[in-house]
Amino acid sequence: MLDKQKELELQKLAKMIRLETMKAIGKRGFGHVGGSMSIVEVLAVLYGAQMNIKPEEPNWVDRDWFVLSKGHSGPALYATLALKGYFNIEELDTLNLPGTNLPSHCDRNKTIGIDMSTGSLGQGISTAIGIAMGNKMDGRNSFTYLILGDGESQEGQVWEGALFAAHHRVGNLIAFIDYNKKQLDGYTKDICDLGDIVKKFEDFNWHTQLVDGHDIKKIFNAIENAKLVKDKPSMIVLDTVKGKGCSFAESILFNHHMRFTQDQVSDAIGIMEKELEKGEDQ
Amino acid sequence: MNIVFAKENISEPVNMKDIYCKTIQEAMEENGNVVALDADLMNSIGLLSVQKAFPERTINCGIQEANMVGVAAGLSATGKIPFASTFATFASRRAYDQLFISAGFAKLNIRLIGSDPGIFAAFNGGTHMSFEDIGILRNVPDITIIEPVDSVMLRDILKQLVSLCGVFYVRLIRQGTVKIYEEGSAFEIGKAVRIREGKDITIIASGIGVADSLEACKQLSEKGISARVLNMFTIKPIDKEAIIQSANDTGAIVTVENHNIINGLGSAVAEVLAENAPVPMERVGVNDVYGEVGSVEYLKKRFELTPEDIVKKSELVLSRKKSFTSI
Repeated sequence: MLDKQKELELQKLAKMIRLETMKAIGKRGFGHVGGSMSIVEVLAVLYGAQMNIKPEEPNWVDRDWFVLSKGHSGPALYATLALKGYFNIEELDTLNLPGTNLPSHCDRNKTIGIDMSTGSLGQGISTAIGIAMGNKMDGRNSFTYLILGDGESQEGQVWEGALFAAHHRVGNLIAFIDYNKKQLDGYTKDICDLGDIVKKFEDFNWHTQLVDGHDIKKIFNAIENAKLVKDKPSMIVLDTVKGKGCSFAESILFNHHMRFTQDQVSDAIGIMEKELEKGEDQ
Repeated sequence: MNIVFAKENISEPVNMKDIYCKTIQEAMEENGNVVALDADLMNSIGLLSVQKAFPERTINCGIQEANMVGVAAGLSATGKIPFASTFATFASRRAYDQLFISAGFAKLNIRLIGSDPGIFAAFNGGTHMSFEDIGILRNVPDITIIEPVDSVMLRDILKQLVSLCGVFYVRLIRQGTVKIYEEGSAFEIGKAVRIREGKDITIIASGIGVADSLEACKQLSEKGISARVLNMFTIKPIDKEAIIQSANDTGAIVTVENHNIINGLGSAVAEVLAENAPVPMERVGVNDVYGEVGSVEYLKKRFELTPEDIVKKSELVLSRKKSFTSI
């Protein structure tokens, strides 16, 4: 159960993740804005409440694992990890600088707290399945969480994984699709329509839910439901907005990867800071 | 390294796939972290018996090589030691990005077995005939590429791979091959084996080319040509020292591979020679064409991989050696 106090805490965490992500990307003047902004709520719920983790012991063998298959949203995950104490928050300033430990796409060998390298879309589902199965083989009760992109779900490997995970009853895998309905070249329905993605995963024999991907409580409850399902992998489709909360990105079609001015960044940060000060329900 | 050469290079009575499965099963008995994966070819490679013994640790992924390689990579992140097998074509072509990124770039720990390499795809024909697997995979940084020549080497290499960490690709002929080594031989990955001494020319071979090279040496001997043979069973990292030593000692090199002459063993040797000991060199291999159906014997002739082809190339390089050394 998510009490009101905790819900407010997680909403605040989400706002902080959004702000820190914006600051980090903002410093470079370019980056994967849209898809980073759309996942901050789910990251807040996972790292703020649902995941069993120890930031001081990132390789703790009994931890819950996390694979950000849409690896280009690394900046949002880095902000989350920094806020949770995996590394110093100042390090976010080094995003994409030469020799950085925070590259645009997640790298398990560079960043503390990153469980799997991703970036070539479609691959995270397979590695997440392998992690989940490996942990199950060793009798651990941990969960493996996975975030896929909706555009990413055009990749055939996603469906290989979907078939496999259901067949092998990988019940300790809880996946999300960041259903923000856009990809680099425009709306997913115009590029390669996914149709009813919820029904597709149902038909692939996953336990499937659809929730507002910016509603902390709904995300939390969906994960609670998923955790009870032992004999099927779980898919939570997050109905999201690409670029959510970023004033120069949210209403733009082509907001997958953007170049922007420092004025735009300052405005966006100003709005996010005001949101943070509010401290009210979204 | 401890090498015991076979007294006679005869056909082995045992199938390589049986040695593979036996060794994997033993490894599973000794080490609870060893896991075997396959992509709907368990009946072909013989893993069904392993699956019976260890159902929890033998995973048939179905016809999904890309997912299989990714799952293997994920398993290795939790400490498992995966051996993932499929045909060499699918291992290298279909699952390349997965091997490159999920295993290689991520610095994880997987052994990918590519069976039926080159002409051993036989009657499966051109779509299944991998003349390019080594060429493709050589570009994965830090990968180790091994082509075991017989059952003794295969067994030794597989056992070593259990305790090593990295990305490994192993070519596997499923049927019996020609005996080169005796039981008790132990190999050092990355070090070529000099299996025949000679002073006029060095033949550097891997896989089935080793036995054919030894046969070619008999014919060369009758012509008064003394040929050295190196079994370069590790194509990457290649044994540079052995190549340079032989180039300096014999002054002429021929490479022999069941693979396209582009980017396989021949190319790897040429890279070393060009930068260190630029002696004349010829490559025996598939001349950048697609495969086709046929028996192994027919395909050897079709793609000019026979002992006679090795002799021809040896004589050619020796004629170039003469003009080279007279400059």
